Amino acid sequence: MTNDKMILMANQIAAFFNTQPGVDQARGVAQHIKDFWEPRMIAQLRAYLAEGGQGLDPLVIEAATVL
Amino acid sequence: MKDFIIPGQAGAWGNGIQDETDRGTPAATGAPVTLTIDGMEITVPAGTSVMRAASEAGIQVPKLCATDSLEAFGSCRLCAVEIDGRRGTPASCTTPVHAGMKVHTQTAKLRKLRKGVMELYISDHPLDCLTCAANNDCELQDMAGAVGLRDVRYKAPESAPLANHFEARDTSGAANPEWLPKDDSNPYFTYDASKCIVCNRCVRACEEVQGTFALTIEGRGFDSRVAVGAENFMASDCVSCGACVQACPTATLQEKSVIELGTPDRSVVTTCAYCGVGCSFKAEMQGDQLVRMVPYKHGKANRGHSCVKGRFAYGYASHSDRILNPMIRDSVDQPWKEVSWEEALGFAAKKLVGLQAKYGQKSIGVITSSRCTNEETYLVQKLTRAVFGNNNTDTCARVCHSPTGYGLGQTFGTSAGTQDFDSVEKSDVIIVIGANPTDGHPVFASRLRKRLRQGAKLIVVDPRRIDLLQTPHMGEGHHLPLRPGTNVAVVSALSHVIVTEGLMDETFINARCDLDAWEDYKAFISEDRHAPEATEALTGVSAETLRQAARAFATGGNGAIYYGLGVTEHSQGSTTVMAIANLAMMTGNIGREGVGVNPLRGQNNVQGSCDMGSFPHEFPGYRHVKTDEARQMFERVWGVSLDAEPGLRIPNMLDAAVDGTFKGLYCQGEDILQSDPDTKHVAAGLAAMDCVIVHDLFLNETANYAHVFLPGSTFLEKDGTFTNAERRINRVRKVMAPKNGYADWEVTQMLANAVLKETGGGRWTYTHPAEIMDEIAATTPSFAGVDYALLEAEGSVQWPCNEEHPIGTPLMHVDGFMRGKGRFIVTEYIPTDEKTGPRFPLLLTTGRILSQYNVGAQTRRTKNSLWHDQDLLEIHPHDAENRGLKDGDWVRLASRSGETSLRAKVTDRVSPGVVYTTFHHPDTQANVITTEYSDWATNCPEYKVTAVQVAASNGPSEWQQTYSAQAEKSRRIAAAE
Ligand code: SF4
Ligand code: SF4
Ligand code: SF4
Ligand code: FES
Repeated sequence: MTNDKMILMANQIAAFFNTQPGVDQARGVAQHIKDFWEPRMIAQLRAYLAEGGQGLDPLVIEAATVL
Repeated sequence: MKDFIIPGQAGAWGNGIQDETDRGTPAATGAPVTLTIDGMEITVPAGTSVMRAASEAGIQVPKLCATDSLEAFGSCRLCAVEIDGRRGTPASCTTPVHAGMKVHTQTAKLRKLRKGVMELYISDHPLDCLTCAANNDCELQDMAGAVGLRDVRYKAPESAPLANHFEARDTSGAANPEWLPKDDSNPYFTYDASKCIVCNRCVRACEEVQGTFALTIEGRGFDSRVAVGAENFMASDCVSCGACVQACPTATLQEKSVIELGTPDRSVVTTCAYCGVGCSFKAEMQGDQLVRMVPYKHGKANRGHSCVKGRFAYGYASHSDRILNPMIRDSVDQPWKEVSWEEALGFAAKKLVGLQAKYGQKSIGVITSSRCTNEETYLVQKLTRAVFGNNNTDTCARVCHSPTGYGLGQTFGTSAGTQDFDSVEKSDVIIVIGANPTDGHPVFASRLRKRLRQGAKLIVVDPRRIDLLQTPHMGEGHHLPLRPGTNVAVVSALSHVIVTEGLMDETFINARCDLDAWEDYKAFISEDRHAPEATEALTGVSAETLRQAARAFATGGNGAIYYGLGVTEHSQGSTTVMAIANLAMMTGNIGREGVGVNPLRGQNNVQGSCDMGSFPHEFPGYRHVKTDEARQMFERVWGVSLDAEPGLRIPNMLDAAVDGTFKGLYCQGEDILQSDPDTKHVAAGLAAMDCVIVHDLFLNETANYAHVFLPGSTFLEKDGTFTNAERRINRVRKVMAPKNGYADWEVTQMLANAVLKETGGGRWTYTHPAEIMDEIAATTPSFAGVDYALLEAEGSVQWPCNEEHPIGTPLMHVDGFMRGKGRFIVTEYIPTDEKTGPRFPLLLTTGRILSQYNVGAQTRRTKNSLWHDQDLLEIHPHDAENRGLKDGDWVRLASRSGETSLRAKVTDRVSPGVVYTTFHHPDTQANVITTEYSDWATNCPEYKVTAVQVAASNGPSEWQQTYSAQAEKSRRIAAAE
């Protein structure tokens, strides 16, 4: 998948969890990604983060630490 | 219905037919009442007619105008009886029973009276019984026999003008003004007025059962006749549901197939393979020739009703386009080569195994079909999990109801609707969001309309003014014509009004819901920014209309919510499903009859395909693949180790294909090229794969990119089960041998065995779908109690069906939610990234119409195309005028994904700024326009919102022309050597 599409998808997930009450939004994002993304998609996200993760919502970046 | 009972054919599991005696009037439900009929004592519920009571006692009172699908009318007088202590001869169909009543159905007086009645009828009826299509299936004929009519004394004098309706001319050749020619404008049935006895059954069926009110009786006395309010049936409001044909006791309204083929000689109960209503039908047969499909009166989803698709549109099954031999080719620019099954399967297996060796275990996958049976779907997902060794399985539910699974799973704990269809009979306020039931789920719509006529209120949340809003004789109706893409804002505004005006059901919330989540939600939803006044500009729905609707829902009694793809196919599809669940919980509308949250499922087995583990992250029964307990259980049963990581969803498969890591696909009964969004991207994904196996009835659009074609079988050619939108597991019964040689489950098994032969694994050895169902029951707790013997005994059951619910569960969450406490979830409106602007100023939304089904592969190959032979673009007169467009003009529809051309239909059903089209015809290619945007949680595509521009055009676009040239080339089949 293109990085643009991946960023869009990850940011959409973050946009939802950003609106949720409580303090564990990043865990919500990470859990959602772990539950629904196939390993090669997660690998792509990790690789993109390693390159700086430009354009990713800060919550996605935070979530990646618990992925 | 002509009370024509033909013997069934006892298959391995029987033909499913129960007693079908027509008892004359509908069943009643009152307290028991005992009376005597012809000396026999009988106890029936109060409110039962004397006619029905007699029938239950085994006594059939002659009748013509009564049938038990309709309220009694009392016009023919044939059913007269005598009652001790009562004067005259009351009609038994309109006379209710009373305790102690003594009824006589056979006396000299009654016999004379009935003979007189019949004599009058027969005197104005052609006596061509032997050559009549209804011969042996005609109630008039039966009644003439039943009353012992031997002679007709009334005859017009030869000199007088004809006083009948059935002779076109008198002996002098003069035209009979009372005679009308046969109306055969409808492709499926004829109306032959010369045979009409004006019993009014058709008119009442159209009103009471279907709710269309297309028919009336015009004129009085001898001049009265059935009228369609137009030149003929085809030009009238008739939607060809067949209810009038079913109700007609004579050959006046008659299926053309029976006229052509004659009466059937056996009959088997099965389930419609079109929409998620899951209507039961009797397939009436002569040998292996299907004569007609008749809605089955004991069908628990349809209660004897049908729509034009299930009733009549089965011709595709024997269409000459069907591919009956397997075919292969090395590349998609070659013509197809017909080969043996063995060669095709061997070719496919070698390719798949080779791809896995070269590109890794996760480089191939499957797409299961929501049109196939549960058993078939189960096998296809098992193929990828247990044989391919990965979780790359997905289903077309991805593109329709995946957000339902996620949203209801999060809030209630189950991925399914909460009610049965009967529940609507107890609803007082009904919200319909993003669904068009009269077109998409017609039989359910008829049941809903019946309730609206009884006074239930209707709230429609839809950008279009759907037909339901024009239900004849309905009461209060509210239309919230929102801008596409603002569902969350509108549903949240409804909740805001309810919470801030204190209209919620606190008792229910306190007892049944997670209170911390409720407090969070309550604080969120009470904020002023959710008020209808604040969202009005965004949603386009007037604040006052919205407030009234919210109050009506919260205070109007039993509130039910039905929704469709207009909810799910958005970037916030899952959020809207959660918002709907919130709304139902806060008003206490869960856990009893008349309420609930009900997704209207698109295809016949969408529910089933989801239940059967078609999604890449979950096993059958919605258990995540990473859950050790579930995975280890399947490992034990299947004897292999299983992947604990989720697999690829359809859009991810296509992306991975373009990236070069996904190379092989087995696609059963789906046409992703036509049905999935962003056609160009789908085409690129398919083109990048080295082995695409299409298993289908026809060379569909996806097959243009396929290397192996495995012919499929229709629902008439196999055994199995479908699960409808009410979680009802219905039997599908084989009524003829598969024309392609094998049922689809057999083909999947042969493919699995061909692959296993290459890899040295074991063999699959199912001999009947009943064995597959036994495996499903053994592995899936919600199906634990299901087997074919139970389905035979009960007709159908709704899951969960297990020890706790041995004959299934009509209503869910009665004593508590599946997840324990219902969970309110904060549903913030987040606008889609798909935005209108100067280049693309209009919003396109898509839908379907009654006569066509999904990508049209089936219905386009039937006479249903007479109603809809092309997709049209609905555009508001204001937008049309701005662009200089007239009704019927060719227009160019463009989005940032692509462009296509189709004809315009100028109508104010759509609001200014919104255009609408259907996607039933491949040459329209509506999905060239739709984008890759999707639901945040499930990747369900955002079909319902695309920013577009519309302009005049002179014909098909360049892409359409290139595509049709490529498709034509790809469909070539090499001549046999
Ligand atoms: S086919 Fe259905 S809609 Fe048409 S006239 Fe008959 S009952 Fe009415
Ligand atoms: S068309 Fe059939 S059902 Fe209708 S009034 Fe005539 S005989 Fe009765
Ligand atoms: S309503 Fe649906 S299931 Fe019923 S006959 Fe029509 S298409 Fe078939
Ligand atoms: S059947 Fe009772 S009046 Fe016709």
